[in-house]
Amino acid sequence: MLKEFRADLHIHTCLSPCADIEMSPMAIVREAVNKGIDIIAITDHNSAENVIASQKAAYDSGLTVLAGMEITSSEEAHILALFENADSVLQLQDRIYENLLPGTNDERRFGEQIVVNEKDEVSGFNRRLLITATTIDSLSMVEMIHSLGGLAVASHVDKGTFSIISQLGFIPDDLRFDALEMSPHIDREQSGQKFGEYNTIGWITSSDAHYIRDIGHRTTSFFMKNPTLAEMTLAFKNEDGRRVEWK
Amino acid sequence: MKLDKLVKELTLEVKTCRECLQKDITGAYVSDLLSDVMANSRDGNIWITLQTHMNIVAVAGLKNLAGILIVGGRRPEDEIIRKAEEEKVAIMTTPMPAFEAAGRIYQMLQ
Repeated sequence: MLKEFRADLHIHTCLSPCADIEMSPMAIVREAVNKGIDIIAITDHNSAENVIASQKAAYDSGLTVLAGMEITSSEEAHILALFENADSVLQLQDRIYENLLPGTNDERRFGEQIVVNEKDEVSGFNRRLLITATTIDSLSMVEMIHSLGGLAVASHVDKGTFSIISQLGFIPDDLRFDALEMSPHIDREQSGQKFGEYNTIGWITSSDAHYIRDIGHRTTSFFMKNPTLAEMTLAFKNEDGRRVEWK
Repeated sequence: MKLDKLVKELTLEVKTCRECLQKDITGAYVSDLLSDVMANSRDGNIWITLQTHMNIVAVAGLKNLAGILIVGGRRPEDEIIRKAEEEKVAIMTTPMPAFEAAGRIYQMLQ
């Protein structure tokens, strides 16, 4: 029996310098539950330090919280990495930190990078320059995500900045994304007209929320058995009746 | 050479921070990758780019660049203009492509 799961797979917490300070685990979970969302992913820039807190905050809420990260490749393309377990994303985080361009965050210019616990209490500040890029190219990044068992999604491909298409001109055949993400600036029909050549890969849309009110502004409906990466993979491939729908 | 002279000679359109035009230019840096500019541009450089993401203002401020020249006729959005005014970062635009803009600035700096 397949069910509809509404997913918003691109949400920033207060760890991302550009996100609002109110984007704390409890507040995000509350908003997602209130809006009837079934699956979210926590995807901060080049860091996953608020993932465990967010998963704990969702304990008993019925909300599935995927362990994610939005990584900046060496070409400055944003790539979403999605996992079920925090362990995997933290392994990826080690590799990202090793390959992040050096620098210290300038909080006044870029914003604070706040690490919190599941009760929304501040436990520290990340001092790395998370706004910058890694030295890992997109191809190696996607392979790295896959080797750790995750899904690789090209962020907001319709945008003129920080998207795989804005940075590389087009998506090379050997770059094996599991899905492409369309931003809230474009609807399903416009996406079809613009990106029809990439119709063999799954397409999703998400809010890319930086503020509480943005959560669930766009969601993708997954028709599948349960909220797991394995089922989502089937949905991206349109296999066994699993499918993805959004407007 | 002052930014002001460059603006006049190349007839650049000044979008923000007219008072910044009295700054001296130490050289120019051409790049569309923000991380590259953060790593390799120098104090007082004019930054030639087609990048129009909001973060250009923060990067120019962080690196104390003389200003940003947006090429190819691209227009920065109002929000970027507001932020650049606030942060006192000069943004100029030109229909010239990067190659031509860089070439002419290179000649003027010789």
